[in-house]
Amino acid sequence: MEISMNVNGDDVVRDVEPRTLLVHFLRDHMGLTGTHWGCDTSNCGTCVVWVDEEPVKSCTHLAAMAGGHRVKTVEGLETADGLDPVQEGFIQCHGLQCGFCTPGMMMTARALLDRNPDPSEEVIREAISGQICRCTGYSTIIRSIQWAAAKERETSVSLEGSVA
Amino acid sequence: MQVPAPFEYERATSVDHAIALMERLGDEARIVAGGHSLLPMMKLRLAMPEYLIDINDLVDELQYIRFTEDEVRIGALTRHQQLLESDELAAIFPIFRDAEKVIADPVVRNKGTLGGSLCQADPSEDLSAVCDALEAKCVIRNSSGQRVVEMHDFHRGPYETAVEDGEMLTEVRIPIKPNSSSAYHKVERRAGDWAVASAGAAVTMNGDVIADGRVGLCAVGPNLTNVQPISDALRNQPPSEELYARVGEIAAANASPATDTRGTAAYKTHLAKELTIRSLRKAVARATGQEI
Amino acid sequence: MTVTEPSANQIPTPDNNLNDQKPTGFGRMLRKEDPRFVRGLGQYCDDVTLPGMLHLAILRSPYAHARIVSIDTSAAEAHPKVKAVVTGAMLAEHGLAWMPTLSNDVQAVLATDKVRFQHQEVAFVVAEDRYSARDALELIDVEYDPLDPVIDVRKALDPDAAIIRDDLEGKTDNHCFNWQTGDDAATQAVFDDAEVTVKQEMIYPRVHPAPMETCACVADLDKVSGKLTLWSTTQAPHAHRTVYALVAGLPEHKIRIIAPDIGGGFGGKVPIYPGYVCAIVASLLIGKPVKWAEDRTENLVSTGFARDYIMIGEIAASRDGKIRAVRTNVLADHGAFNGVASPVKYPAGFFGVFTGSYDLEAAFCNMDAVFTNKAPGGVAYACSFRITEAVYLVERMVDVLAYELDMDPAELRLKNLIQPEQFPYETKTGWIYDSGDYEPTMRKAMAMAGYDELRREQAEKRERGELMGIGISFFTEAVGAGPRKDMDILGLGMADGCELRIHPTGKAVVRLSVQTQGQGHETTFAQIVAEEIGIPPEDIEVFHGDTDNTPFGLGTYGSRSTPVSGAAAALVTRKVKDKAQIIASGMLEVSVADLQWDKGSFSVKGDPTKSVTIQDIAMKAHGAGDLPEGVEGGLEAQICYNPSNLTYPFGAYICVVDVDPGTAEVKVRRFIAVDDCGTQINPMIIEGQVHGGLTDGVGMALMQMINFDEDGNCLAGSLMDYLIPTAMEVPDWETGHTVTPSPHHPIGAKGIGESATVGSPPAIVNAVVDALKPFGIRHADMPLTPSRVWEAMQGNHTPPI
Repeated sequence: MEISMNVNGDDVVRDVEPRTLLVHFLRDHMGLTGTHWGCDTSNCGTCVVWVDEEPVKSCTHLAAMAGGHRVKTVEGLETADGLDPVQEGFIQCHGLQCGFCTPGMMMTARALLDRNPDPSEEVIREAISGQICRCTGYSTIIRSIQWAAAKERETSVSLEGSVA
Repeated sequence: MQVPAPFEYERATSVDHAIALMERLGDEARIVAGGHSLLPMMKLRLAMPEYLIDINDLVDELQYIRFTEDEVRIGALTRHQQLLESDELAAIFPIFRDAEKVIADPVVRNKGTLGGSLCQADPSEDLSAVCDALEAKCVIRNSSGQRVVEMHDFHRGPYETAVEDGEMLTEVRIPIKPNSSSAYHKVERRAGDWAVASAGAAVTMNGDVIADGRVGLCAVGPNLTNVQPISDALRNQPPSEELYARVGEIAAANASPATDTRGTAAYKTHLAKELTIRSLRKAVARATGQEI
Repeated sequence: MTVTEPSANQIPTPDNNLNDQKPTGFGRMLRKEDPRFVRGLGQYCDDVTLPGMLHLAILRSPYAHARIVSIDTSAAEAHPKVKAVVTGAMLAEHGLAWMPTLSNDVQAVLATDKVRFQHQEVAFVVAEDRYSARDALELIDVEYDPLDPVIDVRKALDPDAAIIRDDLEGKTDNHCFNWQTGDDAATQAVFDDAEVTVKQEMIYPRVHPAPMETCACVADLDKVSGKLTLWSTTQAPHAHRTVYALVAGLPEHKIRIIAPDIGGGFGGKVPIYPGYVCAIVASLLIGKPVKWAEDRTENLVSTGFARDYIMIGEIAASRDGKIRAVRTNVLADHGAFNGVASPVKYPAGFFGVFTGSYDLEAAFCNMDAVFTNKAPGGVAYACSFRITEAVYLVERMVDVLAYELDMDPAELRLKNLIQPEQFPYETKTGWIYDSGDYEPTMRKAMAMAGYDELRREQAEKRERGELMGIGISFFTEAVGAGPRKDMDILGLGMADGCELRIHPTGKAVVRLSVQTQGQGHETTFAQIVAEEIGIPPEDIEVFHGDTDNTPFGLGTYGSRSTPVSGAAAALVTRKVKDKAQIIASGMLEVSVADLQWDKGSFSVKGDPTKSVTIQDIAMKAHGAGDLPEGVEGGLEAQICYNPSNLTYPFGAYICVVDVDPGTAEVKVRRFIAVDDCGTQINPMIIEGQVHGGLTDGVGMALMQMINFDEDGNCLAGSLMDYLIPTAMEVPDWETGHTVTPSPHHPIGAKGIGESATVGSPPAIVNAVVDALKPFGIRHADMPLTPSRVWEAMQGNHTPPI
């Protein structure tokens, strides 16, 4: 079947089997291999992408179900202005080691900060609780997200200041 | 990665359309909403439907939390996250927020739905216990109309519900009662795990006594949800630790869990008691304005 | 060199640039690999796509033990997208049905005679896409004749137990090996003489490394040149190449192994699995590139498990708490094939360090390993070859002794630690601990924890019926295998090569034999070279993971990268620097002895204005004009480093738990880890490694186990059943360190990758058992799930196997 969706701002059309999972649509048909898969049971969260600004587990989501929707992957985080603060935060705070869970973690983190610009440690832990990292023990991931939040608060304060 | 067997896919444009498709395709067709129960089973090829009917576009018809004076109506396509975040729902039925906080994980909750959870009818599924404690009713539609089924009639056994071929669950209705509140407690081995056991309680107070109380249990027996002897024992009793303990014993006596990797039968039976006590204690505290 | 060290748990912010200290050498520095990872541009095995690539899927046995009667592949072959269906019988025709394991046993690539564990490989399909390959598996019809499975390890040696390894000539039982270490008689003498003895059976359950990325490979055999290129999830590309050469009979120079980015290994990507061999065979048969990527179930049920020891521990001590001897008897479950990835002379890995960090009079271990109808393995899951089991044994036993003596477990440990003047210390099992100063590390952990205050809080809580536990472990690791006189894997010495080239403009490339799986080698090794030669790390390219373009070496496991390969990197740099010094003497027209080294430049002693930088020297080395007599052009060197001993990192861990008296749920409230890994190269990376290992410990201690039903069905075949901690189950880790450099390592560094996985499980279990002290509980086995803790509280503790 023909599936069309918007991926990272680009309208794309692919002819795939109805059973194609979104994670395979992105990886195998779009070549966007930043989205990973680590289990089959939606437990690990390495496959998290956004469908319409909402993080979902793309291993348990049919590509067909995303037809007509906006999908965003890790490849869509960086903009012409540079890295997303979440990406910067992960580098600055050593929020990754093998890098396999990182794209999913960052997509969830970005969605969290869009809704809550100053999340507590507890809120961050809860937000990433559907995603497994085997390397970091999570503390540095939490710091990374807090780093991004602080950076964004600083930026928004200075922007407000310049407007005033 | 595990992948589903081939199937045909169609998007429903309305509930009527979905039902017409179901009717035409019979038991070869399955409805997919959030997909978090069905797709893993399809990947394991434990489920191999020939057709999938995607109802995710039916937001207008099936995704809502509406309040009337005496009832809350929740559309079957309402996501877990919406149930968790609704302050209005939490104000009337705090049990929803208690339970939703510990159902799966935040990302899964973005897709998973109330209807999907109830229709999966997993004996360890939390919302069935919640809905049972709240005396919810399920609205089931087919091409000739709709019928309303009591929660305890909705579940017919593990993974079996009252929804027949050509039918779909469209709405859950929960009666609003004054002077009432509710609470949910779950023990899990790890965040996101299915319940080792859990219990949800709903109470209606009449002055200093519990006019009516219900407890729904989860994972302590084949679809053992509401326990009638508990309701009998609570009726018109003043709340006390002794009462909770007595009722906890009834819960334990009615539990028939199996030993598995989540826990021993003895432990789960103990939890039936312990979590019944905790959820009742909290529900009463909430109903009487003494939130703990 | 000064490194400004942040205080414990200081958090990087956009203002403090805590981790971004841009050292030319050791210190906190951001990782060079991260810019690609945060963009989703890492390249892992399953990201590799080649033109015309086919996909391979493996059919696995539903039975744990069954004879294969027949296999009908005709329906699968008729599938329009299927290119080949291969069975064990077909492999046998080419002599490829069996392959060696890393412990000189053999393992079936595809079963020919019978299956020996559930999910064993039986046949494979190659198809045009991964979905069709999966579909075709459903079309293969295998007839099995089920046999009695041997699942209960305690019954594996019963006379009536089915014989699993009838493929081995003359095999009449399920015994795998017996191994002993220490002095039986001397130990018995101490026990006979001791005032106090304690004995406890304890189980280290079967667990799995479960990296987030499962195993995968892409095999591409070029028909014309006969060259095989294999992209593979391997921690040991060079060792794998040699084994493939031996198994498949391919000439070694015609095999190129590429280990791309690896999504975690933890020991699980050390062995060669049948899937890799199948993909190679498929590419050979079909003449096209073939990809194999296992799903999570396949990963958990068929690739290398870890642990699975039943240990009876004994301690002999004096009444006042002097530990005199430790003895243990171990029953080891090795599964259907002996797949342990330890040096050949060490069938039980480095379990010999079960004597712990204590000064003993005697020690003895007897171990019997057996075959069962379970998946093979015995990999070092974030642990240097069975040290996790050894440390768990001794640290749990010390707490058992503390319980019996009614003595504070911290005090008991402090009383028995090996003293600094005793190093190098030879243990009663023959290990030479290279260095240590244990007490300050222990005291530091206690100070960070506020140990006395915690004990006071615990006493108050116990009065109120609350269950709070404090658990300690003090561990010594033995990492960096190892000296070639003692250690080899399949005859390959455990050395590592390293090559350094300085380019004319003073930039450099260093080529390693080891392979990162997230440890940050691209950063750490640049720092090691930078420290030695003064070229900034950003000007040093670290190259690894490609056997055609790196020197030979054994790979990354058992925390050996820094101890062995890191030493190689330091020494190769010194070799280059020596040559640079000669060239500098020519440039400055003074003798070599008159030159002084300041990191990055040579100057004339007494006249610092006369100097040349390493960049100047590099240009001179490659440029025009004469070099000093006898000096060749170029500025590069290669070495192979053979370590003289292992390195012995150590640490003191303290865990605080709260147990819900009603539900028996365990909450890890605090965890304090003080590690000593000698010289620290990048404290940020070290902290990260420790955090990860501590989280492993929470998983093993509280929630995870690969378990089986009596028919041998694996009950932990998905991440729904095999639980890994999330951010909700772990505390914010509190870490600290002491520094006791290794005397024999060129930069004094010891391995750190696995210390926390080794040290944390006993601290957590000790904390839970301590919390349960009011119930008279002296021991409880992992995993301490709520149910198992509650059963222990009822007096019904049962071992998990």
